Amino acid sequence: MSEPMACNGDMAIALAWKQIDPDVVAAYPITPQTIIVEAFSDFVANGEVNTEYVCAESEHSALTICVGASAAGARVATATASAGLAFMWEMLYVSASMRVPIIMAVANRTLSGPINIHCDHSDAMGGRDSGWLQMFGENVQEAYDNTLIAFRIAEDMRVRLPIMTCIDGFIITHALERFEILDDDVAKKYVGPFQPLRPLLDIKNPTTYGPLAMPDYYYELKYQVQASMDAAVGVAREAMADFAKISGRKYDLVEGYRTEDAEYVMVAMGSTAGTMRFVVDQLRARGKKVGAVKVRLFRPFPAADMAKFLEGKKGVAVMDRAMSPGTGSPLYMDVLESVSRLKSPPRVSNYVYGLGGRDLIPEQLTTVFEEVMAGKGERVNFMGVRK
Amino acid sequence: MNLKELSHSEERLVEGHRLCAGCAEPIIARQVLMGTDKPVVVANATGCFEVSTSNYPFTSWNVPWIHTAFENAPAAMSGVEAAYNSLKRQGKLDQEIKFVAFGGDGATYDIGFQSLSGAIERGHDFLYVCFNNEAYMNTGIQRSGATPRGASTTTCPSGTCIPGKKEFPKDLTRIIIAHDLPYAAQASPHNWKDLIQKSHKAFEIHGPKFINVISPCPRGWRHDGSQTIAMSKLAVETCVWPLYEYEQGTWRLTGESLRIAEGSKEKKPVSEWLASQGRFKHLMKGKFTSVADEVQQGVDQKWASLQKLCQM
Repeated sequence: MSEPMACNGDMAIALAWKQIDPDVVAAYPITPQTIIVEAFSDFVANGEVNTEYVCAESEHSALTICVGASAAGARVATATASAGLAFMWEMLYVSASMRVPIIMAVANRTLSGPINIHCDHSDAMGGRDSGWLQMFGENVQEAYDNTLIAFRIAEDMRVRLPIMTCIDGFIITHALERFEILDDDVAKKYVGPFQPLRPLLDIKNPTTYGPLAMPDYYYELKYQVQASMDAAVGVAREAMADFAKISGRKYDLVEGYRTEDAEYVMVAMGSTAGTMRFVVDQLRARGKKVGAVKVRLFRPFPAADMAKFLEGKKGVAVMDRAMSPGTGSPLYMDVLESVSRLKSPPRVSNYVYGLGGRDLIPEQLTTVFEEVMAGKGERVNFMGVRK
Repeated sequence: MNLKELSHSEERLVEGHRLCAGCAEPIIARQVLMGTDKPVVVANATGCFEVSTSNYPFTSWNVPWIHTAFENAPAAMSGVEAAYNSLKRQGKLDQEIKFVAFGGDGATYDIGFQSLSGAIERGHDFLYVCFNNEAYMNTGIQRSGATPRGASTTTCPSGTCIPGKKEFPKDLTRIIIAHDLPYAAQASPHNWKDLIQKSHKAFEIHGPKFINVISPCPRGWRHDGSQTIAMSKLAVETCVWPLYEYEQGTWRLTGESLRIAEGSKEKKPVSEWLASQGRFKHLMKGKFTSVADEVQQGVDQKWASLQKLCQM
């Protein structure tokens, strides 16, 4: 294991890519992802990777290039954020349907308008139903770790779906933190060599990629994505268990913190998870029975795991860094679906927060817990907004 | 190269596709693919040609083929070519492979213009072929940036006030040439030898190449399906669609267009072209006949300027 170093989240992802050395990277610059592609361009310029690096003229083309390269038989990575991910939206569905295991770093940034470069999860939520796997990292270390794990899950022959590794824009992408990188050979061995599946460049066995499918076949082809999502739950568990063996860092699809005897639980994704645990410790010190659940794998959503953590609880607060005007927010809806499996589900309320990079301070989460413990608050709450 | 030899070439696009009788696209595609005997990978933009050759679980493609969306065949091809370069450099592949992308005029002149321009600027080694049937035919004959002045389409219909499309088409071939790419050409399926030779030349040149091919559409142009080749020939004879090529900075007229410029072949009036197709019917009599004259003037201006570029 190498010495710990100081690193930001974008650089941690670039370093993971460097160790994996993808055959093709195609990208387009957008804040706050740009550090990734700039750092990786340096690796290419200095001959530290074998990658063919394509500077696309747009994100739509960047993802299309990745689709073409992956279908051709290459291991492929890209990165984007916000409007860039929105511009890729059409190709998200196409790539998932084509079963090309592209790895995409998403530096979560809000969507225009108004235009704003700061963090929230609205961009990733736009890809929620596309058939892409989605992982969220809490800190710089997880930005790196999730990237290695993501290659394993996406490229697994039981899955073969593209995956997003999401980290909070600026909060993780640009923050310097203590970070441990695995040795190159350990990382490479963990990810393993890329195995092409029906590559276009196998000219002796010509494959038709992206055909027209009419009503007689479309549904079945979409269902295959669902079946692979189901398989990905087990594959992700395996990949995380193997990762613990080489790194000592034990991860799970959803992770509980002081939940066992908790009566009230807060659920969140991304960098908020650390703040949430800090607040749980403070309230525990005051004798409050509270706990926290962090979601690492958002698609497929590990509903059974989530339900286990929430079984028997009195109240649950779901923190959403995105909103769905007119209804509850995405994570809230998934948690509701999870607890609907329970005989006596807890009351679940939704707290929208941190939109457009609005700071989250621990006292706000304390207030949320107090509200939930008092049985107060609306079903869907817009935390801290000036109405 | 003669027809007998060509008849023995590998069939890369085979029977069973569902294109209309009289559609020029499969004729053009087969001529282009005869331009190389090396292995090819094909990318396709969304359009008639794509939906009609890949109806799952069937395919008319005997070669590797990829379609992703409407506006991005050049990007998909860029990705395939990037993978090829990477794997070749790493010693994981040693075969020489050629790359060709097909798109209609909607995919090329309009929605996919940026993707094409980007791929050419990046210098990918591929040939892009535009089937120019001068409108969005797959969705039911809507106006595109390639639709000629005076043509009636379902989104620029001829009415009592408006004589079909008001604007002249954009000159995409010249816009592509402005990228300073190694090779670009205009071609027509009636002159198969010219088109196959241009394709062959393009396949053998390294870097981005572009061939714009006039592609008569019986449904959209309103002519009999038996007249497809005659229509494409008339487009050239009237100088509506001159045959030429641009190679490493040099412009050259080819085929009938060269003979017209040299004076050994008659330049037919555009009125013959307009009279041959239902989409121009409203220009033949009544209040819009002056539009036909304007079309003739527009064609003459373009032809004169092209002759200058070709130093005729």
